[in-house]
Amino acid sequence: MRVGTRDTAPGARRQEEPDGTGRREEHGFIELDGVEKVFHVRRKAGRLRRVREEVRAVDGISFSVPRGAMVGYIGPNGAGKSTTVKMLTGILVPSGGRLRVAGIDPARERTRLARRVGVVFGQRTTLWWDLPLKDSYELVRRMYRVPEAAYRRNLERCVELLDLGPLLPVPVRQLSLGQRMRGDIAAALLHDPEVLYLDEPTIGLDVISKAKVRGFLREVNAERGTTVLLTTHDLTDIEQLCRRVMVIDHGRLVYDGGLDGLHAVGRSERTLVVDLERELPPIEGVPGARTVKVEGPRQWLAFPAAQSAAPVVSAVAERYPLVDLSVREPDIEDVISRMYAGSTAP
Amino acid sequence: MAEDGARAGAAVRGFGGVAVRIGEGLRAYGLIVAMWVRSTLAYRTSFLLTALGHFAATGLDFLAILLMFSHITALGGFTLPEVAFLYGTSSAALGLADLALGSMDRLGSRVRDGTMDVLLVRPVPVFAQVAADRFALRRLGRITQAALVLGWSLTRVEVAWTPGKVLLVPLMVLCGAVIFAAVFTVGAAFQFVAQDAAEVQNSFTYGGSTLLQYPPTVFAKDLVRGVTFIVPLAFVNWLPALRLLGRDDPLGLPGWVDFLGPVVAALMCGVAGLAWRTGLRNYRSTGS
Repeated sequence: MRVGTRDTAPGARRQEEPDGTGRREEHGFIELDGVEKVFHVRRKAGRLRRVREEVRAVDGISFSVPRGAMVGYIGPNGAGKSTTVKMLTGILVPSGGRLRVAGIDPARERTRLARRVGVVFGQRTTLWWDLPLKDSYELVRRMYRVPEAAYRRNLERCVELLDLGPLLPVPVRQLSLGQRMRGDIAAALLHDPEVLYLDEPTIGLDVISKAKVRGFLREVNAERGTTVLLTTHDLTDIEQLCRRVMVIDHGRLVYDGGLDGLHAVGRSERTLVVDLERELPPIEGVPGARTVKVEGPRQWLAFPAAQSAAPVVSAVAERYPLVDLSVREPDIEDVISRMYAGSTAP
Repeated sequence: MAEDGARAGAAVRGFGGVAVRIGEGLRAYGLIVAMWVRSTLAYRTSFLLTALGHFAATGLDFLAILLMFSHITALGGFTLPEVAFLYGTSSAALGLADLALGSMDRLGSRVRDGTMDVLLVRPVPVFAQVAADRFALRRLGRITQAALVLGWSLTRVEVAWTPGKVLLVPLMVLCGAVIFAAVFTVGAAFQFVAQDAAEVQNSFTYGGSTLLQYPPTVFAKDLVRGVTFIVPLAFVNWLPALRLLGRDDPLGLPGWVDFLGPVVAALMCGVAGLAWRTGLRNYRSTGS
């Protein structure tokens, strides 16, 4: 079935896909089929001996993301998230499997794909360290050959939504982490990319910056239909942005579905921390919640992550002298480790 | 027949592709350089001071030569103007290469801290980005200083100038710059594999240039052989300069070798290109 693909002439498509497998955008805008990345690491073993070790950073991953989707890609450190993103952008060449973004093989046509892709690396900036933000953007505009009108429109929009106005004349090295991150996200969107990869975009940000970044990403996805793939440590990012989440661990995809499903599979729990007026025996009789810890006037109540915190809070407030409270989200590492514990597979 | 045609078409596309890539690379190089120049000139005083500092610092090694000549009249059989000529050509060639690609030795640290990946997601050739990175206009200081010494030596050396000999001087500097640039590139490519190799590269470029500032007759023959046949720095200035000054080279090579500068430069470019491609390919399969 080749019908149903839009926006390109059939002739051009056939050139892109000489193998004629017919798998194309009707399946997914981003398409991975058994993708692998194997590194060979040399490790010291004794005084002079080196042992060559094989590390399967990505070990046969298959998934497909339709155009315009916003997908979370999560997993513990070293699970293979960044390696996947690097293969999707063509930085790294896969060791095996098949990978297509917008019908293009990133490893072979990295520069051609680069015009259609935006990347934000949370840990390092894509901007020029010593240049004012504004000059960095100007250089991005020329490099990507963004038409003047589109550039001005996109920049204005980013400046407005990300509060960049006062930062434009500031050299990047003087920006705070949150400011720099916002600056980086704007830089990745100036050329109207069709797909945006975000590698830990909220890492180390304060609450306000996080909220700003999330709000902006939601807007971009809704307004321009930009496909977004987001790797993160912060489950709240996923909760607020993505309907679908993929979990990777040890280079394998261990979950692909809704966030609710992930919580169900991982039996994850949120924790309500309450400070009472004085020391009291463990709180009892709150539907759906159980007290897991008591420390002086402070008590911890666990309840299923899919459940709203409101009834738990009101049930406690009704019968106990409540001074303060906070809700803690489940940890990604916890959810994943419980996923393993709960699975019947060996 | 049809297949042949298709193959020929592919070859033409291949050539066109290379031309397009070179064009793209030059354009990107120009864009990035222009931006660095603009940002440098935003602080004019600071620029003038650092350029002056560069000028003075590189001038110090010529001062050393002058001091030497206050006690002797000839070094390895070369007079002061002749040594100044060697100094000027070598230093100008290195200065040009250093200006064009001087920040390439930072590639290793880019690989180490992961900012190399950032260059790979942009739609312009990586080489152009690495070459133009932190383009330092202050390096004009070295070029200016070298040009002054070279200019002075040209008025003093005893050469019967012909149009051909006059032309040989800029050609020599240009080919020398290309040879140094190729060494810079090979060194940078090596840093894809060994990230701390910047100093090895520096010993060939900056060290090599210092070597070439002195007459080949003062060095051991094996060293001269090494920089002729292994790392062909002798083609930067020694061989063509000896011809110009009417002297025999210590290795007794046939005369036509003195004119091989452009050929050597082109060969070195080929080697550098290959090394760069290999380095980048290696990086993209290992990631670090």
